[in-house]
Amino acid sequence: MTSARGEETRDTEPLIDAHAHFYHAAAGRADWAEVNAARFRAGERIGITYHVASVLGSYGFSSPTYFPSPADVTAGNDEMLGICAREPERVRMFVTVNPNYTEHAQREIARCVSRGAIGIKLLASRRADDPLLDPIAEVAAAGGLPILHHIWQHRRREWPSQEISDGADLARLAARHPRVAFILAHIGGGGDYMHTFPAIADCPNIYPDLSGSGVDRGMLDSALDALGASRLLWGCDLTMETGLAKLRALTVLGLTDDELSAVRWRNAARIFPRGSFPRCINSPNTSSRQPATSNFG
Amino acid sequence: MIDVNALIGPYPFRHVPHPDPDVLVRVLDREGIEGAWVGHLPSAFYRDPSLGNQALNEALAPFADRLRPVPTIRPDWPAWERALADAADAGAPAIRAYPSQWQLGPHDASMRDLALAAGEQGMALLLTVRFEDLRQRHAMDTAGDLSAAAIRALARAGNNVRLIVTAAGREMIEEVHWGLTPAEQQRVLWDISWVWGPPEDHLAKLFRAIGADRFVFGTQWPLRLTQNPRANLDLLPDDLRDRELADPRIRVSR
Repeated sequence: MTSARGEETRDTEPLIDAHAHFYHAAAGRADWAEVNAARFRAGERIGITYHVASVLGSYGFSSPTYFPSPADVTAGNDEMLGICAREPERVRMFVTVNPNYTEHAQREIARCVSRGAIGIKLLASRRADDPLLDPIAEVAAAGGLPILHHIWQHRRREWPSQEISDGADLARLAARHPRVAFILAHIGGGGDYMHTFPAIADCPNIYPDLSGSGVDRGMLDSALDALGASRLLWGCDLTMETGLAKLRALTVLGLTDDELSAVRWRNAARIFPRGSFPRCINSPNTSSRQPATSNFG
Repeated sequence: MIDVNALIGPYPFRHVPHPDPDVLVRVLDREGIEGAWVGHLPSAFYRDPSLGNQALNEALAPFADRLRPVPTIRPDWPAWERALADAADAGAPAIRAYPSQWQLGPHDASMRDLALAAGEQGMALLLTVRFEDLRQRHAMDTAGDLSAAAIRALARAGNNVRLIVTAAGREMIEEVHWGLTPAEQQRVLWDISWVWGPPEDHLAKLFRAIGADRFVFGTQWPLRLTQNPRANLDLLPDDLRDRELADPRIRVSR
């Protein structure tokens, strides 16, 4: 028999999950509190210092997840503000907006940033290169707020329930707003990540996060080769075991300590507003290349 | 711990780095995995997998203490019974079949015959629900996921049937499990390579509802990170962390 008991997973280095979500009572699922608790439980086990999270409206209960109504956007953001207030030591907030409602989106950003939100979450309510995203990006630029944009890696057709965007779409928006840091969501979250890397290679203000259920061998290697460690953010999204697996895989890919720190937390600390992560303190680092225990993950 | 879901050889729809047995052994060492049951990835896409089985056996021979071959048997191909007997003679713990890739439907009689014959020989029939996420598949990869109906049909085929179903998610596992009698349920083991962990905690829910002893360790290397199933076990809630997976070496043999 094989014991399910595992190794201790916590590390001493800070770790920022740049792509997390929480649920709430109006999200249409009875187990919402258990799911939130499970995120904290796993986060403690992994050693996550900060969960940078968003609430996606009602998650489809009273308006579609990826097309949330303004009322659901506001209600969801209120819930997220509440979670931040209850968990100030370990939770930070993306304010979610629907860019089809420009004035509402701008008001929500102002309201939530004044109460501590440190970034903006865009779903799939409008394609990333649509001009309606420009007012959002302008607010982000003025406030120094990164934008986490839901992405489908290489869209080859329309998919139901989302107006999906891919790396090439986001690259066009990023080129129009070079002062904004765009977080390209979940390279493991569906679609062909191998399309994404060359699509954004020349856009230095796009930072892919590693989250998503996909754990293809070669994905991390390709991301590092195409973009370098200074462009990548660690994250989990809906599957924290894949986040831990990628974290462990990163340690055997031959990264330097500096590069590993960059992916774990330093890149996030750089692109979010200064002072967002006071528990992330500088750790001694060396720039020596670590010998790869295996290049073949 | 044994990895029941390892493969060697290239994948036709994307580059897979170093899908070689010597690399697999190094990965097993690094991850503290005792050994692996290993299939030949290209054989899933061959019309006749017999040459793939030959290549598999030759490639694994230098690593016989760690890697056991799991040949591919196509039951709609002439003389498959001889291929199955060869596998048994070679000591294969299981065989692989890919009904979706071969366009064999959920109630295909030849698949049923194969499951029964393998069980008679004391070998498990290892099935693969998917190689890749549906959302990233190549345009020419039209096989689709293996259906729950196909698994149920095979599990019901006879008392000697032993199935190991790899790369299934929670919904499929539950659909199959609760669609079988208790006796039929005992014929099916599931690998954990594609089951979600926290915060949704699908693995924990399955352990509680179905029992950890219905699950085996599998990685789907070289397509997926070996670290993933171990991470999933490491993140189980405290009350489940001591649960033990089934040992396929014991559960499959009769």
